[in-house]
Amino acid sequence: MKRRDFIRHLGLTASGAILIPVGLSGCVVAPASKPQAKAKPVPAAPIAMVDSPLSYGSPLQRPHATGDGTPRMIVVFLRGAVDGLNVVVPHGDHNYYKARPGIAVSRPGTQNGAIDLTGYFGLHPALQALQPYWDDGRLAFVHASGSPDMSRSHFEAQDYMETGTPGQHNTRDGWMNRMLGVMPSSSSPMQALTLGESVPRILTGRAVVANMPTGRDATRPTLIDRPEVSQAYAALYAEDAALGKSYRDGISARKELMADASSSEQKMANNGAPLPNGLSIDTARLGRLMRSNPDIRLGFVAVGGWDTHTNQGNGNGQLANRLRPLADGLTTLARELGPAFNDTVIVVMSEFGRTFRENGNGGTDHGHGNAMWLLGGNVRGRTIHGSWPGIDDKSLNEGRDLAITTDFRSVLATLAEKHMRIGDPAMQKLFPQYGAGNPHALNLLV
Amino acid sequence: MVAVHAQSVQPPLSDSEKALHVLNRLAYGPRPGDVDAVKRLGVKRYIEQQLNPDSLPLPPDLANRLSALPTYQLTATQLYQQYGPPSFPPNSATPEEKNMARQRANKDITPQTHFSRLWLATESPRQLQEVMTEFWFNHFNVFEGKEWVRYWNGEYEKDVLRPNALGNFRQLLGAVAHHPAMLYYLDNWLSSGAGTPEAKGRFKGLNENYGRELLELHTMGVDSGYTQADVISLARILSGWTIDEKGMKDGQPAFIFNPRRHDGGDKVFLGQTIKGSGYQEGEQALDILARHPATAHFVAAKLVQYFVSDKPEPALTEKLARRFLSSNGDIKAVLHTLFDSPEFWARSNYQTQFKTPYQYVVSSLRATATPVLNVRPIDGVLNQLGQPLYGWLTPEGYKFSEEAWLNPDALLRRINFVNGLSNGKSPIARSDPPPPVPGAPPVAAAPNTAAPIDPQQLQQTLAPALTPHSLSTISAAPANLQVGLILGSPDFMKR
Repeated sequence: MKRRDFIRHLGLTASGAILIPVGLSGCVVAPASKPQAKAKPVPAAPIAMVDSPLSYGSPLQRPHATGDGTPRMIVVFLRGAVDGLNVVVPHGDHNYYKARPGIAVSRPGTQNGAIDLTGYFGLHPALQALQPYWDDGRLAFVHASGSPDMSRSHFEAQDYMETGTPGQHNTRDGWMNRMLGVMPSSSSPMQALTLGESVPRILTGRAVVANMPTGRDATRPTLIDRPEVSQAYAALYAEDAALGKSYRDGISARKELMADASSSEQKMANNGAPLPNGLSIDTARLGRLMRSNPDIRLGFVAVGGWDTHTNQGNGNGQLANRLRPLADGLTTLARELGPAFNDTVIVVMSEFGRTFRENGNGGTDHGHGNAMWLLGGNVRGRTIHGSWPGIDDKSLNEGRDLAITTDFRSVLATLAEKHMRIGDPAMQKLFPQYGAGNPHALNLLV
Repeated sequence: MVAVHAQSVQPPLSDSEKALHVLNRLAYGPRPGDVDAVKRLGVKRYIEQQLNPDSLPLPPDLANRLSALPTYQLTATQLYQQYGPPSFPPNSATPEEKNMARQRANKDITPQTHFSRLWLATESPRQLQEVMTEFWFNHFNVFEGKEWVRYWNGEYEKDVLRPNALGNFRQLLGAVAHHPAMLYYLDNWLSSGAGTPEAKGRFKGLNENYGRELLELHTMGVDSGYTQADVISLARILSGWTIDEKGMKDGQPAFIFNPRRHDGGDKVFLGQTIKGSGYQEGEQALDILARHPATAHFVAAKLVQYFVSDKPEPALTEKLARRFLSSNGDIKAVLHTLFDSPEFWARSNYQTQFKTPYQYVVSSLRATATPVLNVRPIDGVLNQLGQPLYGWLTPEGYKFSEEAWLNPDALLRRINFVNGLSNGKSPIARSDPPPPVPGAPPVAAAPNTAAPIDPQQLQQTLAPALTPHSLSTISAAPANLQVGLILGSPDFMKR
């Protein structure tokens, strides 16, 4: 890390009180030279212990990019707790390789090795599609972030992350729905779009949310898309005030989706290109809809399958096979957003992390700290935000997991305030019991 | 006086409308011929019968199908023994073994639990019992997806909620408090009094979760005057109420009171001193809660909201709360008062409640007499509509209000669902083919037993629900669209 960048990093973390102590020590001292590492000498290993000094990367200096000026936010939720330590890999630390003999992503420059990001951190090779976004400063991570609640239950932890109220069982609505409530109102029934069947916890609440069917069949015409059928229902609903409005809103949203699908799918057919797989089909649709309709401010998509208790694999294998389509889905989303990408922040998050050490089944169990991913035209990228607590025995949470140095709400609150431009009083509604006085001064945006 | 005047200008419900009204509120909507049958019987006698479900025998065919569901017969202990995790932590079970146990439970118990609920909801003549079973399930919600709950939620419904659905509230509350599904879901099984001999490891410390929800959701209701100190007292009182993991392996009941994890000190709970006396303290606290005026009020308000109107009229709630107290929590007596009230019969409350997804799906299966041979498509549509069966995560259960369920996308999904029912080819009415036997030729899916729905017949079934405007619009539409239009009409969205 360059001296200049280090000082700037210092300046920004200093505003967040919780970040100072670990952040400072972690920033300048390479883990191998830490006192505790000296006290307990590492046994000789076949590979040389070349530890890189901790570096958070050097953010690219660039001017604010403009789109149509309407801020948008998309949350991609990885259900099942993705292994953040194999996503943003601390390849510069031999403790990582010691703890994960079978599943560590090997060092950069080796076969299936990590893609080096900062000299200390690297990216899982299956996420290669995202590398250009890192290189040009539009991708960042907040490492060692997560929920302060210690639950290791998927359902509880997801619930708390979606309601934005860790430890509180009874919050009725999700923070994205509350965000809709504090944004300037619009009559559109499509202010928030969620991909998939039911409305997820994060978007339940008072404000109306549209959910969009997923997969290739989503835009397959149904009976209701036939004009004579929708007209017959329109007549049936004409005299009912509340239901009639819902019906008409539903039909207009549906028409929008179908129009988008027919035009773009036609285009694809013309190019002779195959349809993208899985997630990309849906994120392409989401991106196009959000680009063409500035009313749609929030998007949500959940991706499952991250609960890798067994046979997780390293640079190859089960986790890699999940990460690859995820990276494709994200780059498709970024591309299809077009100019709106400059007005969008895509946040990738998961309910908790996984154990630092691999278990007896070549997998990892439920752990704590994780990395949040930020992708967007004005994300202050090419850097790892937050502060690294270290992964030696003493630094781990309960002796087993990456510790948390950044509350996930701190990241979301920063984005809400600085990107979505939600004012102070409303922030209290958004993250109750986590408003003023808490550090959401992370320097996440250009 | 204004309200009385407003009601007096509206014509009272006709006999047909009254019949539909009770079928919509005390039941999951009419099956073919039901409106006429209730008219012949008289709504008063229909209500009497529904309040006394034991007087209504289950049809033998339905009873036979239920008794042919293997897991439906098992006790909580047997379910644990036969399907549970191979052993509990800390133990030698590997993640694979636990995963396999989970998958077996998913494959065996879950569909059978769903079948039993849906068969009874669509076919049982004891409809009010089913409606109240669902009501109490939401009141005392547990979430199927929380690990061990999946093994026990069916048994919980069958042995705790259904038999007590029209019984005594105190008895119901007590049965819930002893059931492993609730003890597990709200973590009380982990709770130990501070400093008690066995308060260690995962059993270290007091867990307030159940105590809090017991006050806030099961009895008195939020903001009814209890304090954080009361929550802690109640958690202390209930410390040691747990699940007998070891005992179940030898066939013992799931519930056990463990005095070595119970805080034996005296407690002050809701202003009363409860002497440290072990297990009895919990029963005493449940007694206090069950006869508390706030509980009477909270339960009464929920009943009015379910049966009468999203915005309950305070006078009716008050009347029911008084009945609750004077009858010592006799649920049947309270409902009797409710179904006797002028509010229940007011035209202003007729066909005004927006059905929940569950009510909508079940009522459409009933109206079309679609047999439930496959639960997966039903699970699928309930999932799409946002109300998966046993799928609400948090302890307050599903809401029943229009505000919670009316949204544009869901409305279109409902319409698409009923259009799929109308041709009689719904996969709901077709059982899955048996799994293929290696070497043998594949067995085709069973033929579909449902005939296309006749629009005339359906119109007759639902006649009092359809407004003149709907009737004329539907009859002007092509014949092949009429069934879908009837079931997708705003009239059928309401109850």
